[in-house]
Amino acid sequence: MNRPSVLVLAGGLSHERDVSLRSGRRVAEALRSSGIEVTVHDVDDDLLPALAQMRPSIVWPLLHGATGEDGSVRDILELVGQPYIGADPRASRISWSKPIAKTVVGRAGISSPRFVTLPQSLFRELGAARVLESIVQNLGLPLVVKPSRGGSALGVSVVHEAAALPRAMVDAYAYGETAIIEQAVFGTEVAMSVVDTGDGPFVLPAVEIVPREGPYDYDARYFPGRVEYFAPARLDAATASRVADAALTAHTSLGLRHLSRSDFIIDASGEPQFLDINTAPGMTETSLLPQAAEAGGFELGELYRAIVDAALREG
Amino acid sequence: MSENQTPARDASSPVPTPAAGTRLDPWLGAYADRTHGMRASEIRALFAVANRPEVVSLAGGMPYLEGLPLDALAETARELIAQRGTVAMQYGSGQGDERLREQILEVMRLEGIDAHPDDVVVTTGSQQALDLVTRLFINPGDVVLAEAPSYVGALGVFRAYQAEVHHAPLDEHGLVPEALEEALARLVGEGKRVKFLYTVPNFHNPAGVTLSLERRPRVLEIAQRYGVLVLEDNPYGLLGFEGDPLPALRSFDDDGVIYLGSFSKTFAPGYRVGWAVASHAVREKLVIASESAILCPSNASQLAISSYLATHDWKGQVKAYRELYRERRDAMVSSLAEHLPDASWTVPDGGFYTWVKLPEGLDAQAMLPRAVTARVAYVPGTAFYADGSGADHMRLSFCYPTPERIREGVRRLAGVVSAEHELVEIFGTAPAPEGRVIDSPGPDLA
Repeated sequence: MNRPSVLVLAGGLSHERDVSLRSGRRVAEALRSSGIEVTVHDVDDDLLPALAQMRPSIVWPLLHGATGEDGSVRDILELVGQPYIGADPRASRISWSKPIAKTVVGRAGISSPRFVTLPQSLFRELGAARVLESIVQNLGLPLVVKPSRGGSALGVSVVHEAAALPRAMVDAYAYGETAIIEQAVFGTEVAMSVVDTGDGPFVLPAVEIVPREGPYDYDARYFPGRVEYFAPARLDAATASRVADAALTAHTSLGLRHLSRSDFIIDASGEPQFLDINTAPGMTETSLLPQAAEAGGFELGELYRAIVDAALREG
Repeated sequence: MSENQTPARDASSPVPTPAAGTRLDPWLGAYADRTHGMRASEIRALFAVANRPEVVSLAGGMPYLEGLPLDALAETARELIAQRGTVAMQYGSGQGDERLREQILEVMRLEGIDAHPDDVVVTTGSQQALDLVTRLFINPGDVVLAEAPSYVGALGVFRAYQAEVHHAPLDEHGLVPEALEEALARLVGEGKRVKFLYTVPNFHNPAGVTLSLERRPRVLEIAQRYGVLVLEDNPYGLLGFEGDPLPALRSFDDDGVIYLGSFSKTFAPGYRVGWAVASHAVREKLVIASESAILCPSNASQLAISSYLATHDWKGQVKAYRELYRERRDAMVSSLAEHLPDASWTVPDGGFYTWVKLPEGLDAQAMLPRAVTARVAYVPGTAFYADGSGADHMRLSFCYPTPERIREGVRRLAGVVSAEHELVEIFGTAPAPEGRVIDSPGPDLA
């Protein structure tokens, strides 16, 4: 085979542009170290001409948020017949919506915290105070409020008292029209990475996230020091196997390809509770999938190259 | 603790390894106390989108460099390297190029400052001068009194040196002398050590207001009475839209004022040339501090600016900038009147910024993600307070976008404000979370 060329798509206009640019640079660097020719490109009006001219062997979308993860950029890649890495548009769309992903994964037998998904308009129609009161009565406290789409913990609040709920709703709706309110589950937080290098999807070691102070928010994610990561996670063999199975089930039930990262909390009873899944997981210096890969003994360049090669073989 | 949490070292090394590192940051236990306050806020991430062409950025403090005679400047730069390359690319004086210091005096004379070239220390932007002055005067816990609001880049420096920042209010005529006196009396009464008053008297960043002529000596008199040095930061003074520049605070008081100037706004920030003017004893220390920080300011930058001042009509350029920015200020103010009638704002007589107070109950920081989705950016008021207050304000810049883009940006902003207003109507107003402090949002936004 000729030397493959990869066009890494990074940037875009989402709230997570900065993270995406960093992910793109890291993946490009790792792929180059494994001998692949790599170009990094933003999502802009030059993208389609660049694809037509460069005709890369494959595109690796490392776009976080908005069109990068909701399937629409992948729709365009399908349209122009450009092979790419990762989920197809339909699977992306389903995974991108936290409530839909939770429902699909739930049907496959994976537990997930109880939740309700509410558009902003409903609060106006039914009266915010009544709706919030009903939520607290039925789901209890504490709660986690988050935009129904998006990552990097943007717009996410943990609410311990009912009085803090309105503010949390306002902060979540700043990122989108629909918010999800979920029962807060406490336990061991783990990120599960699934990759496929041609022999079917397999699970990398769990990465355990332990904030040293405060919540696992944007700052904690991308500014090294506020979080202690354990890779592999400090789980007993049975629990590790259980959450690995759950991650694989989530990946396959959503029809994902090549790679994904799903986030779980292992509750007090040892049950993995599914939170959400990323079809274009972060690949920055502090991101979880690269940590999992290293814990699994993989050299990043080789692993990414194996994913590219597998995707190319699929045609 | 697992074995990979601390850096590996030679077992024979006598130096103990700092404890309590993590896998991703093995040196976590080794940082200075001041480093632990650093944060990567989501605000910083949102600004990553601001420079995309689809977004109308009313956030940046970037001068409109398309207004410069770039071809002529290219020729000047070429000549500089061709004819004086061995000087331009060599180390220079720690205090700065003497010829440039003389030229800086000419610039400052326009604002009534009469100084000697020896009083001037050239720095890497006035930001470095801010850093040096803070380094010379501030012990952890010392108080800096700053205007409310105050320049975000200065607050970042004060935080880095662990100063305790207190604010004194502004009104449409700048710092309020009575409020300044009250703040100083209170702080001194509490046993605080107030080291200096930091002020941007002209076309304030972010408030857009100018300290009136009548208040200038009063502010200085109060500072003198309390034994407090005045740090006068004046990057915008020559960019007034009406009349002559007001006399600088420094022109009233040689010993009690350290003056900071800059070519970043009146010419171009890329050369990173600013300066400080201070009395002899302070200036000597500034030079030594600067040499320890950077050895010397860039000779190439200094000589390029010196050539520009000597061979171009720089006063004509400043005048052209004033006219350009006045037109943009007008576009901003008329768009605000048209699209955001429920807000209020300052009408600056110069500079780059207007300071907008949002309708009751809105929080500019919480609203920023929605604005980014709507392809418009601004800097939330919280950036300009040391204590995270100011959420009901935003800074809008009119320096970089064209008048058409400004109008479009304000139109988009009006949609954002209206959507946020609806949200607040639904959920009511809730107090903003405490402790929201924004680190410097990046050089092009400061």
